Amino acid sequence: MSTVAPAARGTPTDVVARRARRAEARRRAAWRRRRLVALLMAPWIIGFSVFFVYPLLTSAYLSFNHYDLLSPPRWVGLKNYEFLFQKDALVWPAVRNTLWLICIAVPLQLMFAFGVAHMLTRARRGIGIWRTIFYLPALAPPVAATIGFVYLLNPATGPVNTLLSKLGIQGPLWFDSPAWSKPSLTLLGMWGIGNTMLIFLAALIDVPRHLHESAELDGAGWWSRLRWVTLPSISPVILFALVIGVIEALQYFDQAYVASNIAAGSAGQAADSAGRNLGAPQGSTLFYPVLLYQQGFRFFNMGYASAMAMLLFVVALAVTFVLIRNTARWVHHQGPGR
Amino acid sequence: MADIPKAIRLRPRRTAALAPLLAAAALLAAACGGSGSSSSSSSSGAAPATSAAASGSAAEKPLAPATVTLWVGFTQRELKIIKGVVARFEQANPGVKVKTVGGISDDKIVAAIRGGNAPDIAQSFSTDNTGSFCASGAWTDLGPRMKADGLSADQFPPAVRSYIGFDGKQCAMPMLADVYGLYYNKKLFAKAGITQPPRTLSELTADAKKLTQRSADGTIKVAGFDPTWGFYENAIAHYAPLVGAKWTKPDGSSNLAGDPNWVKLLQWQKDLVDWYGYDKLVRFNAGAGDEFSASNAFETGKVAMTMDGEFRTAFLADEHPELKYGTAPMPVDDANPSLYGAGYVTGNIAGIPKGAKHPEQAWALLKYLATDPKAESVLSNELKNVPTTTASLKATELRPTPEFKPFLAIFAHPKTATNPINAGGAANQELFEQMLAKYQAGKVPDLHAALQKVDEQIDAQVENASGPQVP
Repeated sequence: MSTVAPAARGTPTDVVARRARRAEARRRAAWRRRRLVALLMAPWIIGFSVFFVYPLLTSAYLSFNHYDLLSPPRWVGLKNYEFLFQKDALVWPAVRNTLWLICIAVPLQLMFAFGVAHMLTRARRGIGIWRTIFYLPALAPPVAATIGFVYLLNPATGPVNTLLSKLGIQGPLWFDSPAWSKPSLTLLGMWGIGNTMLIFLAALIDVPRHLHESAELDGAGWWSRLRWVTLPSISPVILFALVIGVIEALQYFDQAYVASNIAAGSAGQAADSAGRNLGAPQGSTLFYPVLLYQQGFRFFNMGYASAMAMLLFVVALAVTFVLIRNTARWVHHQGPGR
Repeated sequence: MADIPKAIRLRPRRTAALAPLLAAAALLAAACGGSGSSSSSSSSGAAPATSAAASGSAAEKPLAPATVTLWVGFTQRELKIIKGVVARFEQANPGVKVKTVGGISDDKIVAAIRGGNAPDIAQSFSTDNTGSFCASGAWTDLGPRMKADGLSADQFPPAVRSYIGFDGKQCAMPMLADVYGLYYNKKLFAKAGITQPPRTLSELTADAKKLTQRSADGTIKVAGFDPTWGFYENAIAHYAPLVGAKWTKPDGSSNLAGDPNWVKLLQWQKDLVDWYGYDKLVRFNAGAGDEFSASNAFETGKVAMTMDGEFRTAFLADEHPELKYGTAPMPVDDANPSLYGAGYVTGNIAGIPKGAKHPEQAWALLKYLATDPKAESVLSNELKNVPTTTASLKATELRPTPEFKPFLAIFAHPKTATNPINAGGAANQELFEQMLAKYQAGKVPDLHAALQKVDEQIDAQVENASGPQVP
């Protein structure tokens, strides 16, 4: 029960005034909070607007224009999209090559990263050294790593084929063969899985030990524990790695550009011979972003390249959406009371 | 040391590896530049033209003081040679300074024009973008200036004229040319009992087979002639003049399926590839050494005959002076011997971009670099590229070596040709080459149908690049 006399509480007018002051103070505090939040977020908002929203909107606008970078954009409606879907004969081979990456290279890389991480969780000695060894390739710049691989896998003079020939095996043509070029790029990708491996390693270490012990008591073997304990426990991380892997595959460019040009050698006016070998050998490394680059920066068809970029954006968005929508089936989210 | 892989190198414009040999030449070029008009007046014949071009416009009125920006693709040693020749222009035009910037690519030129920071003169190593530079107005039309100065494009051979203009506008001037011919190894020729270079494609095939050496397992040790598309300078455009193949129909549409000469050329190449074995050639090429290095397969004797540009003479002089070699026009279609002596030509182009701050001074410098016989001769002697005016071919300052002379003759041949300029840039060549890569690997069963498909792709690409019309 209150001991304050009614007079001390003030008149109804005072109460109203106090409430109004409190409300005002709360409003000011809220405004200050909002201002602080806005201030703290400003660098991100500015960066996001300038480097993402503005280019995205500009690309979307340019995709409806003929734009050669030199003349002002000229409105052509859906013509660029018509050309993309109906007339450009290189689009579908490029899409097929990119799909190959998504369906074969990405899963292989994820499995390899998981396998390495799993092995590292079992290592008893020199754990730090092993982790460093497997992570190091991720630090190599993509261009340098690609040059190194093309050198190693040179069909005539590369150490790999030289070694194979000493064993009586004629090595493949690697980057010079349309059948082997994508597998060679996949090998390159598997070599540099350090980042994914590290994420898997952290997730594997985080799997509750008591779940394994319970499963073991129930008679589960290593495969059953892997299938029913480990994989469900790290499924959110697998989802993350998968989404990132697919998006990277959709944007795959550097390694393909470098490998195709080195392996193909130079022909033509060498000032621009690098561009002439895009997709070599025989179009097998002509991925969608490579084709986009060719149109935008070799042929200066920036309007059409923008249309291609918009399609890539929509596809990346759709793939991510589909993957995340279907996570309920296979991604196990652990509750707070685990 | 292992070779730096092909095509990763920034294009050093043919001769960047020739520093030791030609450093002295650069000094000589600078010295020529330093002599200025007094040097010009001491020369006979070409002296008056030289002096007039170096000192500015035809009206001979002095140029207003300005700093002209010249962007070129040349780097290192070659850039010094350019600067030496430019210095002579500066001396003849007091008050005009030239800021020469090297290592420029077409991407940078386009970006600068878009950003309003265009140089006064831009030079490109490729003729592929002449169409877009002209059509977009990014490079200004030089026609009115030429007319005002009484200059005619007729001073350039027809093939050169065809790549400096587009759509009725002449927006570029040629600045040295590259001409392609046959290089052959005299020692290997003598060993195989061959006394003279082949003149027809069938002779080339026969000689290539005689010159080829294989290991016991069939791998190629020495290739008589490596016909693989994409190997070194084996670009389809370089071979078209050898059979008189035409890229376009009169209406400008692609003509690959319509001209039987293409089929003739492609079948000749495929037959030779099959004789070697495609996989064997791929392995051989992979170990052939970088094109622009001392391990180039022709320079090391692993290839007995090869198609290459005149610039190779400079590489050979520097990297393998011991190699006994000869040069000649490329062999031609057996059914059309009159083509012998002709070849493929392409070159550097230079123009005045939209937004140039000193167009008058820029035009004077451009005219000097492109048409002055002495400037052209010095550039040709030192850079080992072909001068582009017919007058320059006769200039007393030109000092061609015996191996270089055939390229001057090929350049002057009336049937020497280049690829047509279109709005699609190099799309026609690149789309064609992508099909050829499959064809030579034996993956194109119906050549005619494949050529028709490439025609459709090229036409669609050119239409798209021109800007589709909307109602």
